[in-house]
Amino acid sequence: MRRLSWFNVTSLTLGFAFLYIPILILVIYSFNESRLVTVWAGFSTKWYGTLLQNQAFLDAATVTLKVGVISSTIATILGTMAAYVMVRGGRFFGRTLFSGMIYAPLVMPEVITGLSLLLLFIAIGLDRGIFTIVLAHATFSMCYVSVVVSSRLVSFDKSLEEAALDLGCTPFDAFKSVTLPIIAPAVISGWLLAFTLSLDDLVIASFAAGPSSTTLPIKIYSAVRLGVTPEINALSTIMIGIVAFGVITASLVSKRNIARIKRDEQNALK
Amino acid sequence: MNYRRLLLISVPYLWLFALFLVPFFIVMKISLSDLAIAIPPYTPTLSLGEGWQGFKEFWSGLDMENYIFLTEDDLYWKAYLSSFKIAFFSTVLTLLVGYPIAYGMANAPPEWRPTLMMFIILPFWTSFLIRVYAWMGILSKQGFLNQFLLWSGLIDDPLVLLNTNIAVYIGIVYTYVPFMILPIYATLEKLDGSLIEAAVDLGCSRFKAFWLVTIPLSKSGVIAGCFLVFIPALGEFVIPSLLGGSRTLMIGKVLWEEFFSNRDWPVASAVAVILLLLLVIPIVLFQRNEQKQREAEQ
Amino acid sequence: MLDTATNTFEPWNDPAATPLIEFNGVTKRFGEFTAIDNIDLKIYEREFFALLGPSGCGKTTLMRMLAGFETSTEGVITLEGQDVAPLPPNKRAVNMMFQSYALFPHLTVADNIAFGLKRSDMPKSEIAGRVDEMLSLVQLTPFAKRKPHQISGGQRQRVALARSLAKAPKLLLLDEPLGALDKKLRQETQFELMDIQEKTGTTFVIVTHDQEEAMTVASRVAVMDHGKLIQVDTPDRIYETPNSVYVADFIGEVNLIKGKASPNGAGKVTIHWAEGQPALLGSTEETLGDGTDVTFAIRPEKISIAKQRPEAANVVEGTILDIAYLGNISTYYVKLSTGQTIKAQTANNRRISRRSFTWEDTVYLSWTDTAGIILTR
Repeated sequence: MRRLSWFNVTSLTLGFAFLYIPILILVIYSFNESRLVTVWAGFSTKWYGTLLQNQAFLDAATVTLKVGVISSTIATILGTMAAYVMVRGGRFFGRTLFSGMIYAPLVMPEVITGLSLLLLFIAIGLDRGIFTIVLAHATFSMCYVSVVVSSRLVSFDKSLEEAALDLGCTPFDAFKSVTLPIIAPAVISGWLLAFTLSLDDLVIASFAAGPSSTTLPIKIYSAVRLGVTPEINALSTIMIGIVAFGVITASLVSKRNIARIKRDEQNALK
Repeated sequence: MNYRRLLLISVPYLWLFALFLVPFFIVMKISLSDLAIAIPPYTPTLSLGEGWQGFKEFWSGLDMENYIFLTEDDLYWKAYLSSFKIAFFSTVLTLLVGYPIAYGMANAPPEWRPTLMMFIILPFWTSFLIRVYAWMGILSKQGFLNQFLLWSGLIDDPLVLLNTNIAVYIGIVYTYVPFMILPIYATLEKLDGSLIEAAVDLGCSRFKAFWLVTIPLSKSGVIAGCFLVFIPALGEFVIPSLLGGSRTLMIGKVLWEEFFSNRDWPVASAVAVILLLLLVIPIVLFQRNEQKQREAEQ
Repeated sequence: MLDTATNTFEPWNDPAATPLIEFNGVTKRFGEFTAIDNIDLKIYEREFFALLGPSGCGKTTLMRMLAGFETSTEGVITLEGQDVAPLPPNKRAVNMMFQSYALFPHLTVADNIAFGLKRSDMPKSEIAGRVDEMLSLVQLTPFAKRKPHQISGGQRQRVALARSLAKAPKLLLLDEPLGALDKKLRQETQFELMDIQEKTGTTFVIVTHDQEEAMTVASRVAVMDHGKLIQVDTPDRIYETPNSVYVADFIGEVNLIKGKASPNGAGKVTIHWAEGQPALLGSTEETLGDGTDVTFAIRPEKISIAKQRPEAANVVEGTILDIAYLGNISTYYVKLSTGQTIKAQTANNRRISRRSFTWEDTVYLSWTDTAGIILTR
């Protein structure tokens, strides 16, 4: 019988207000008529119009999406492999170094990761562009993916794989038809995480990008350094809207699935 | 099967080796080189065509000059010190903001918790840059905070908040508070409610029970949360660059400027190497805390 | 408060005795749900009182009201004549031993035991002595410096007991104290609990769903169902003279036969229960009207089983349907021609090879006219 005390209500209310009021203000003022972002001058969607006519932003968005999709796909494949090696790989030469290389990028300051990759690209004479951003993003995202996937693999009953082998699967078959379907949710959330990290990244992309390949965060950053503009508010609102829609839909779907499983269990008991 | 296993191990291994470890050694090497007006802008460069002689020349060209420079110019150690200070105090502030939220969540009715959790994680999925940007409009001289404070009569003249260290603190607390909330929430949620009842039964007031039981038992979550905030805050670049002023010294910003504005790659690399060495201490402490927690759970 | 005349401890039979705890018309509702329904109850000093019932019967709520974690919706609870309602849990001379033990994982065994003492007005210099005393009471002196996760389940149970007894409460509440222990350890611990209760002279109220445990440890047992007290009595009376079908069925094994009673004079009753079967002969102190619906309850061990028809007040004939061999005793499931199955128990004082009955045998079940009990509710 836990009830919410006044303290809990207050801390939750203040806490969520702190988290959401800045975003709310940002969204509201994207519909402001005036160019001055702090003075309300009536409702308007004109900044969305100007944004959509801004070719530089659209180009940057295209680059960002391309980089995001390609790099997160590579990161998911490599990260899943790495997770499998970490959890099921047994002993092999340089295992400690391997796990170190997986965890280190998670705590490495972005400026250092970016700097080191740039110095590598220059040392081997690689021209900077979309390709180098993809390489950079895939490298640090794969570590996040492997953490997400390995936490699922750890809680995964190994006897399921053994049962598959016992029933005549080759190890590869067993992975494909038993392991992969079971860890699929983790692999998918790993991909989404990698994709979000890639869309979000400013620092590493700034180091890895060439003059011809500007991503959206780089574009936003250079615009924002000069101050607050309603176009950026509009752009932010669109991005927040997409993310919020995605996260809330995902949580509703999982809630419904849980409710359905519960209902089925109850029906089965009757 | 062995051939498959080799493939499975070697692909991610070689990828990380080439794109994480090798670049790191390059940074180390360049930090020992000298600035040159050339492309790339440092000497010596290793030319393998010249064989052993080339390597010897390359080796003798390396020195600690950049590191000595870092100690001589007080900009750098001030920047390290100020990064530490900012990261430390913003971690404390984040804890003060995050703990009550985590506590409120852990004591909320169980059917609310997934929703509350989702709303904590939601900002994490939205762009970091945008969340920092949102505060620019709030903290500026004509911003909403000043408008509100002037309207309420608490102040007569607008406060200068944007481009100060205060804005940096606010920005760090705002963007990193989910990292503080989640581990604390995880330990508080596991806390057996009958422990608090037992403490009250044995004569504690509710507040005393919180102090003697809840706080010590959520210690591991607090420590994890603090490191999760402190470590990235130390190397933070976006927040000081957008919310901080010209006098906000943070090492991430110094490194960026050294690289992009001054184009002094050797010094930038030396700055990076020192930053990494400084980070090793909190990272090792963090790992030890995690290890201890895992052992306690077994 | 010993009754000097008979030298037995029965304060509940003494109208002059003042109860330690008194419930007066206590009701507790959680929204629509009534957890405790208008309960009157007296518990006396030095009693070992058991609240027994299935899960959800309200026994835990009743106990949490004593500890102060729940407040009554209606009615008054008094401790030594004082209304406890205004006292928060930390101000009550009542301590609780939690079902999960609720040992503080960050404190040592000794610090756990000292926890309550440090919050009382006991001088610091005496605390260590009291902790040692409690440690030796529960035989845990060598483990004082260990953390709770470094000792066994049985030892944790004893730490929890020592911690809740350390402040010498007037009343100790035990919530399923032995529930987490395995069967053998549970039996040993039951006697230890009784021993400690006797040594310290503390009043114990124990909540349990295990009827054997309640019967073993308690001086009196309260059987609860749906928030009501069904019967409050000594273990032997609860077993031998249950006041209702519910209690008879909840405690131990019983055969229940429904029928109509016709009084026979001098406390004897004839029960007509099935066509073509001889009426049963029973006895009761109640005066029953002719044709009252009654349930005749008889324990399996009070029924004799024989191959030849014996001379007895009640004899029925049937065939053995099943035999449950439990080692020390065997239970025979005997099917009557009415289709009803009656359980009869015999002690196995012979080796199994010489057992005289087997499946499908025709046997006679018999019992005296005072062996069973006639229940009207």
